[in-house]
Amino acid sequence: MAFNSSGGGSYRQQIAQQRLRIITGHLQRPEDDDSAISAVECKAPSSESDASSSEGKTVPRRRHEIMKWNGWGYSDTRFLFNKKGQAEFTGKRYRLSGLIIPGLKDWMEGTFGASVQHKSQATPILNSSSVQPPNLNEAFVEELKSTGVPYSHDAEDRVFRAHGHCLHEIFALREGKIGRVPDMVVWPNCHDDVVKIVELACKHNVCLIPYGGGTSVSSALECPPEETRSIVSLDTSQMNRILWIDEKNLTAHVEAGIVGQDLERLLNESGYCTGHEPDSMEFSSLGGWVATRASGMKKNIYGNIEDLVVHMKMVTPRGVIEKSCQGPRMSTGPDIHHFILGSEGTLGVVTEVTMKIRPMPEYQKYGSVVFPNFEQGVACLREIAKQRCAPASVRLMDNEQFKFGHALKPQVSSIFTSFVDGLKKFYITKFKGFDPNRLCVATLLFEGNRDRVLQHEKQVYDIAAKFGGLAAGEDNGQRGYMLTFVIAYLRDLGMDYYVIGESFETSVPWDRVLDMCRNVKARIVHECKERGVQFPPLSTCRVTQTYDAGACVYFYFAFNYRGLSDPVHVYEQVEHAAREEILASGGSLSHHHGVGKLRKAWMRETISNVGMGMLQSVKDYVDPANIFGNRNLL
Amino acid sequence: MTHTYRGSGRAGLYQDEEFMDILEERRRTSDLGHALRSFKPLPYLGAPPCSVAELNQAVLDSHFLRHVAREVAMETGSSVEEVREEACGILEEMSQNLQLGFIRLMGYALTKVLKRLFTSVFVNMEGLSTLQQAMQQTRVILMPNHRSYVDFLVISYIMFTYDLPVPVIAAGIPLAGMKLIGEILRRSGAFFIRRAIGSDKLYWAVLSEYVKTIVRKEFAPMEFYVEGLRSRTLKSVTPKLGMMHMVLEPYFKGEVFDITLVPVSISYDRVLEESLLAHELLGVPKPKESTTGLLKASKLLQDNYGSMHVNFGQPVSVRQLCEGKINRCQYNLIPRDLPQKPTPEAQACVSWLAHLIVRIQEEGSVISPWSLMACLLLQAPVAVLTEDGLPWQQLTERTLWLKRLALDFGGHLKWPGQVSDSDVMSSSAAIHHSVVHQKAGRVYLVQEEEPERRRAVSAEQSVMRTGTSVLMLASYRNQSLHVFVRPALLTTALDVTNSTHKDELFAFFSFLQDLFSSEFIFIPGKLSEDFEEACSLLKKCGAVHIDQQEVTLSHMGRETLSFLKALIQPFIDSYQMMFRYFCEQGAQVITEKQFLPAVRTLATKLLLSGELHTYEALSSDTQKNVLSALQRLEAVTKMRSMQCEYKVNKPAVRRIADILSGKIPVQMLRTPPDARL
Repeated sequence: MAFNSSGGGSYRQQIAQQRLRIITGHLQRPEDDDSAISAVECKAPSSESDASSSEGKTVPRRRHEIMKWNGWGYSDTRFLFNKKGQAEFTGKRYRLSGLIIPGLKDWMEGTFGASVQHKSQATPILNSSSVQPPNLNEAFVEELKSTGVPYSHDAEDRVFRAHGHCLHEIFALREGKIGRVPDMVVWPNCHDDVVKIVELACKHNVCLIPYGGGTSVSSALECPPEETRSIVSLDTSQMNRILWIDEKNLTAHVEAGIVGQDLERLLNESGYCTGHEPDSMEFSSLGGWVATRASGMKKNIYGNIEDLVVHMKMVTPRGVIEKSCQGPRMSTGPDIHHFILGSEGTLGVVTEVTMKIRPMPEYQKYGSVVFPNFEQGVACLREIAKQRCAPASVRLMDNEQFKFGHALKPQVSSIFTSFVDGLKKFYITKFKGFDPNRLCVATLLFEGNRDRVLQHEKQVYDIAAKFGGLAAGEDNGQRGYMLTFVIAYLRDLGMDYYVIGESFETSVPWDRVLDMCRNVKARIVHECKERGVQFPPLSTCRVTQTYDAGACVYFYFAFNYRGLSDPVHVYEQVEHAAREEILASGGSLSHHHGVGKLRKAWMRETISNVGMGMLQSVKDYVDPANIFGNRNLL
Repeated sequence: MTHTYRGSGRAGLYQDEEFMDILEERRRTSDLGHALRSFKPLPYLGAPPCSVAELNQAVLDSHFLRHVAREVAMETGSSVEEVREEACGILEEMSQNLQLGFIRLMGYALTKVLKRLFTSVFVNMEGLSTLQQAMQQTRVILMPNHRSYVDFLVISYIMFTYDLPVPVIAAGIPLAGMKLIGEILRRSGAFFIRRAIGSDKLYWAVLSEYVKTIVRKEFAPMEFYVEGLRSRTLKSVTPKLGMMHMVLEPYFKGEVFDITLVPVSISYDRVLEESLLAHELLGVPKPKESTTGLLKASKLLQDNYGSMHVNFGQPVSVRQLCEGKINRCQYNLIPRDLPQKPTPEAQACVSWLAHLIVRIQEEGSVISPWSLMACLLLQAPVAVLTEDGLPWQQLTERTLWLKRLALDFGGHLKWPGQVSDSDVMSSSAAIHHSVVHQKAGRVYLVQEEEPERRRAVSAEQSVMRTGTSVLMLASYRNQSLHVFVRPALLTTALDVTNSTHKDELFAFFSFLQDLFSSEFIFIPGKLSEDFEEACSLLKKCGAVHIDQQEVTLSHMGRETLSFLKALIQPFIDSYQMMFRYFCEQGAQVITEKQFLPAVRTLATKLLLSGELHTYEALSSDTQKNVLSALQRLEAVTKMRSMQCEYKVNKPAVRRIADILSGKIPVQMLRTPPDARL
């Protein structure tokens, strides 16, 4: 295969199909056809007994049966160093599953000074005795029983819903430390169930915390320790049906508890997609996307969540809020959707959403471009944004992240492939004179009509060439996207070997992208040194979305914490400093992760006193008794 | 053996640093060999270098300059093209053209000159090696003090000798006008800034974009004098903030991660321009910088100027220092390349930082035995010095006493150890034969020779002649003034208020800092710390007892206190004399042109009549400082007109004079709140 792969369309198609399989393929089709696409009656399971069976859905009520209780993702899927000391990715769900990743060990040792000899083992099973007994509101429980909505106060269920995936949350779980957890979990099956639950909660003054996919990275799911009322986690996972598809208007009406992969799979079966693919889409839910103003990888074609939503219903203590029609745009005062979008569970529960759908793309193609340095890469992305010709996705990784991606190359089977790899490297570094410690790579994903994709591809590569970019093949591109799906699994591996880390994001005007990236990365390195971190940290970023007036930048930050007495505290201090640096460099508080409790301290300076007052008065009107008491945002 | 010695350190500087004489090796090996040595500086920040042409193009292409050019075109009615051409011209006049060949030439010439002038040029090697590390990590701004024209290339020379990147240097435009020399300086890295830019918007824009581009692009380390000009009095000058702001702005706006400031203290045993400066202070105009002038001055090269010390201070991080002092988010809402008026917060931060740097320069300055002798000589009546002479024995004993006090106060003293104390002092006096001479066990002040007819000089001329010598002596005293000034102000407060209450003393101390803040360097917002420092130093040397509320005099402290009081007395006397002038002169409005000669005439008159004892009142520097002090205290207001006209509020001046003499309490001064920040 030539470096800049030309021809071999069928091969490409195969790759494109494979990409779709990544999204759909790690799930088996449900065994029973319970969730076929049709208008479904709301029917709650009648007895407690079938709460334990998974009903063939991706997300069972008892999540811990298929997912890790103290780490990311599926229990059968993880990175480990095998007996030969090679990194391996277990399971069968992903493209990388079952493969050996030879470069990972060296990369980890080289980047972090970590060693496979030094393990930091997690507590293997949850010790129920370390979970405080539930503080139940008996009257509430009694009345709830009569509605038939399933609930539980098992320790496992409660602990699972007491956290998102912030570093400190997972770190504490691995240590077996359990703080305040919800006192019970309820699983409404439909909108009406939610209405009943919220009414009862108001009646008995119970605190409700909506729970969707549990992928929050803003401490949004943490139970406020000062909360004295009974806390009920409202798990929307069983509200996961597509209620109807409107093929004339290209919309679908969906229950908000559905997770991304199910939504996409089910729509695909009818030949449609939403195109909303946040990196967490395997686990995150539609309601969660709405509540945090999520952004998907392919937003250039499909838009962010606020562009996709046509109509939605939210159950609040004051009643149900919704619009009366499905007009595509309205001039009826401030858009009430925008009180719901980003409300982070402080106002109510999003139960049903009508969202735009599109016919599935005919053709998908990955690509990548190598730039001599990050500056040139950013200039190229800026030009692409200016010409408004960004592909479905374009991401520019800096040099460190390029190396990181490289370390995740699975073992190649033929000598020929490694020979070709060698040649590529030679061509770029020796022949083209790119400095291997400065070059960076942009990954691309094109989507649509085949001819138009090819035309689009040419346009983008032509712009890239003006900025010194060299096309670097589909493989590099695809691997780049794979990285974002496995990164969270990788964090668990790191934590097995004294490495902790996390990602965070921001949006920033174009003219400040370079300065901000440099300042934040430098600040991280500087702060780690100041705080006694023994080894230089991994401090890397990518420009992950482009807009007309700016870009979204995503940072990865990780370090080896050996020798530190309170690594999580150090980590939090550094992350805090990094956020300060982002704000000082003209970046925003968040692009799509949300505020939660983690970034609350900066809200006032971010949206001004009046802005805070506006939000507060909405909260005061909608939820005067603070039933939705997760204390996010304000 | 390399000639080294250890100095005593102070906070913010290197403890116990080792100085090395860099001329030592030059005297042993070929000068040409040094100039032609293979110069392989470590790359500055490891960035790929950009050429001078690229740098200048980046300045001209900047959005900022384009924007200002459009604005200027609009205001003046000329075309944008014309304005841009003008900008191009300004940049051409300004820009440096650093070339290695000229660095070598400069190196060769400077070796010759330095060897001729100085017995040694001492450099602290530890500071140099820290600097070397800093230069590989962050942008470095070298910030030397400016005491002599010799300073100008000496840092570049040291960089060249030790394989460090050679800096670009901000210089005054008169230097560019010197035939040949101007061009050599330009190619050695100097860039030239006009004096009195005033409201020339385009010029400001080109200059600030040029400076900021150098900082942003990591072109080279930059060197500039934060004092803005050569100190005429060898005392630190209140820092100028324009350049400092330009340098810091890229950090404020998040364009660079950090900027490292390296204060450099250059001190001389004897300054080349000593008599020139004294004459200037007495109103003789400064000769224009010219190449012929320089050649004429070469007779100065015949003399011995002792040694020179270049003390590289600890690099300080702007990011670290500005923590909590500047909110960088304030730049988020306006494009960073549009002109933006600095906020009061930014201005205060720049001013604070600039003052801090000057203070670090002061603390890094090396104090010579001669400076201590000058302190003491000035405390003897002038008539004694000129006629009877001061007993040498008495001077040496007192100097040794003062040496101990200076060390107690943390002064950075250079006192050669291998020689006897009396030899140290004799040789110091010998180097300064232009100011004092020793005869029959007594020391006399040298009176300037009138080379022409030995006709009897008029009384006024004689005052000027004595004045020249006294001002030269005062300059050398000024070299160590920063060590004593805080305790000395407290001593003055004790003396004037006659109080022991800490609160009252603090109020008067604060008044004195206000009054003298153009005279001595006080860091804005550090008043309380300064007061505490003064208290603890006086306590340390046993001059006072201090408890919670009281400061009481100690019997042992009389010598110290009277020395400190006498140290400040010339300033107080000069200020009082000028207050008197302001109150007695008839007009309500005076111009600066009238003011300086009139004050000098009054001072001369009072010196002759014996009412005034200090010849320092003749110094135009002191006179200007009084004027700015009165402006600061709102007793004099500058009028909005072309010539510098001032309106005098006589009652207010009188009030200040009365407070200073202790007739009325400090509370009578109507000080606007926050006047100093």
